[in-house]
Order: sequence, then C-alpha cells, then structure tokens
Amino acid sequence: MRSSHLKLIAENLTIDRGGRRVFQDLSFSLSQGSALVVTGANGIGKSSLLRTLAGLVSLAAGTIRLEGGETDRLPQEQAHYFGHQDAVKPALSVLENLRFWQNFAAASVCEGFTGATLSPLLVLDTLGIGHTAHLPAAYLSAGQKRRLSLSRLLVTPRPVWLMDEPTSALDKASEQQLLGIMNDHLASGGLIVTATHTELVLDRIETLHLQAADPAEQAPEEALL
Amino acid sequence: MTGWAMALFQRDLRLSVRIGGSALVGVLFFLAVVTVIPFGVGPDLNLLARIGPAILWIGALLATLLGLDRLFQADREDGTLDLMLMAGRPLELVILIKCLAHWIATGLPLVVAAPLLAIFLNLDPVSMGAVTLTLLVGTPALTLIGAIGASLTVSLRRGGLLLAVLVIPLAIPVLIFGVSSADAAIHDPVPFVTPFLILCALTLIAAVVGPVASAAALRFSAD
Repeated sequence: MRSSHLKLIAENLTIDRGGRRVFQDLSFSLSQGSALVVTGANGIGKSSLLRTLAGLVSLAAGTIRLEGGETDRLPQEQAHYFGHQDAVKPALSVLENLRFWQNFAAASVCEGFTGATLSPLLVLDTLGIGHTAHLPAAYLSAGQKRRLSLSRLLVTPRPVWLMDEPTSALDKASEQQLLGIMNDHLASGGLIVTATHTELVLDRIETLHLQAADPAEQAPEEALL
Repeated sequence: MTGWAMALFQRDLRLSVRIGGSALVGVLFFLAVVTVIPFGVGPDLNLLARIGPAILWIGALLATLLGLDRLFQADREDGTLDLMLMAGRPLELVILIKCLAHWIATGLPLVVAAPLLAIFLNLDPVSMGAVTLTLLVGTPALTLIGAIGASLTVSLRRGGLLLAVLVIPLAIPVLIFGVSSADAAIHDPVPFVTPFLILCALTLIAAVVGPVASAAALRFSAD
C-alpha cells in the first residue's frame, strides 16, 4: 500500500460569478491515487468549481491547499486543466503545439507522485494521432484536437488533473483509452477532479454531487414564473 | 529557466509570421498615413521637411495600435491564456516576452520602412537617420504601453477602438520626446542627446510598468 502524501484539500469554498453566489462553504479533501467525480445538473457550478481549483476564478472565501506538494508553488501550478477549450493553435503543426506546452509549462514533481515525462512523439503515437505530427493543427478533426489537448497532460508531469467533461467529442475507443490514461495517472499517485455526465469507470472514485440547497432560493426568476 | 522563455518567443514569432499580414498590414497602413499627409498639407517641400518627423512618428503610433488588440485576445479565445496563467511562470516575464515577439513582428518592420517613407516627406539624410533611430528606440515603448490597453480590453469582442482611446494618452510622452529628439538633430543649437536619452528612459520605464500593469489586468480578467 502506497503511503499517501499528497492531499488536495478545499475548505469552505465560496465563489460568486456575475454577482450571483454559485456555491457556499464547499469543503472536500481528496487523497493521492483517487478521483473525485463532480456530478450535478447543468449550471449548478461544476465547471466553476474546476476553474476555481485551477485558480482561474477568484474565491470569495475559503482556501485550497495541496498538502505534500511543492511548497513554493501554488496548487494550480501543480495542476493540469483540461477544459472545454483545446488551446490548440491551428497555424502551428501538431508537434509544435505539443512541444511548446512541454517547454512552457513547469513540471511539478513531488514525493509519492511518479508521473514520468514522456516524449511528444510517443504520446502522439499512443493517442493515435502520431501520423498527423507534422500537419498544421488546423486540419485536425474536433476529436483529434481534443486528443492533442489531452496529450499536453502527458508530456509535463503534474500531480493534479482537473478535467471538465473529458469525454466530450471523443469516440468510444478514445473514451476507453482516456479511461486507461486516467487510471494510469491514479496508479502513479496522481489526483483527478473531473466533472462529467457519463459514467467513468475509474479505480478509486469518490463522488461529489452538487445540488441546489433550495430551488426557490437558487433561481428566483424561475420561482416567479 | 530560459528554455520556456525561448519556447514562448519562438511560438509567438512563428504564429505572427504564419498567420501573416500583421507586419505587412502595419507597414501598408503606415504608408497610407504618410502618403495622405502631403495631399492634405499641399506641395510645400520646406513645410513637409519641417513636419516630416512628426508625421512619421504619428504614423508609427497609429500603425502600432492597429495590431495590438490581438496581443492577448487570440490566446484568450482558444483557452491558451488560462493555461498560461497556470503554467507556473512569472506572468510579467511572459508578457515582456510576448511584447518583444510582437514588436519584432510588427514594430521593427515600421522602423525599417521609415527611411523609405522619409523620402516622401523630403527629409534630408541626417533627419532621416535621426527619425529612424528614435523610432527604433521609441516604438518598443509604444508596444509595451499598448500591452496595458490590450490586457484591459482582452475580454471585449470589439476592444480595438477602446484600446486606442486608452493607449493614446499614455503614449503622448513617448511621442513628444521622439519628435523633439528627431527635430533636435536637424536644428543645430539644440543638443540631440538630451531628449534622446529621455526617450530611452521612457522605453525602459515602459518595460517595467507595462508588463506589471498588464499582468495585474490579465489576472483579473481570467474569471
């Protein structure tokens, strides 16, 4: 049994977006090697939660810590964010896109996390887009772009993966492959927080179901109708 | 440490060359502004030679503003900016490098085109050289100051016009000392070095203030 060093701890998270309180006093902790699946209805704040953990939405209150991580880095600098946008530049070739992220994003290695740095070409081959390596990314299909975006997570080791609807635009085979990659990440001591509507078959899952506390209070406009 | 900086610099330069147009459109706009002035002022060669440095500077300022709105917007639209904020690299340096790449792609062509356009304005060789030198030193300041406007308007769909309105007042000191040092080179009694050194100082100040202010604005815009 692996000794659990890394722990993602969120305490009393409260965020406001556009003058509306999205959620209040949300706390959870996630230990090494497990995945937190965030579920809930549309608009309940799943994406907001992930963007908050990524440091892209400012907190109204609460703290996010990565216990056992590098002390001189913020939690979001030890995390990969895999969101709806692919961050793929159509004018660059597939390999140039990937190489840039490998060189630009700081790797984060800490005790107990054994994620390796893979070579870009190897990752592209693994994900089945190796033959497109020298093509401009503009020629990729939506699913291929998604896979290119996913390969970014494999060329720079970081312990925390924040994945917003990771299976969107992927076919069945790629979805299975994605699950394999996510399980490998967990096995090497990583952590995953993912928001999804589909069932993900992962090794160690914890679930966080977001629910409106009081429908009338959450959506006053609808209550009026 | 320097590996990531080089990667970013090369990427930005590559993007502006491949997407194309940015350098050429800037120079063409510069050409359009400079050629239209003699039609408005009339064929007085002495007058043109006197106001020539000012016209070149105003043309360069307007041409610089033209490409600035895409400095961060393209990266924001496809989610790249979010990842840059999480990359664990100092954002101020990231912005400084992006500005440098942007200046090489859009500002440097203006400097190169300036001596040619100076012929249209009946400038003699000395003032031609002086204007080109002041543009070489001063246009980086315009890009760096413009980065503040670009990051403030990054989330606006049609931010270009607002950007111009925000940036032009801040660019006035650069314009004043750029034109006055070019003038000083032509009119003997005034020393060239004094306003020129102030222009250099303005560029150095912009190299600090621009990235710091722009980073603050970008962090705020990520929401």
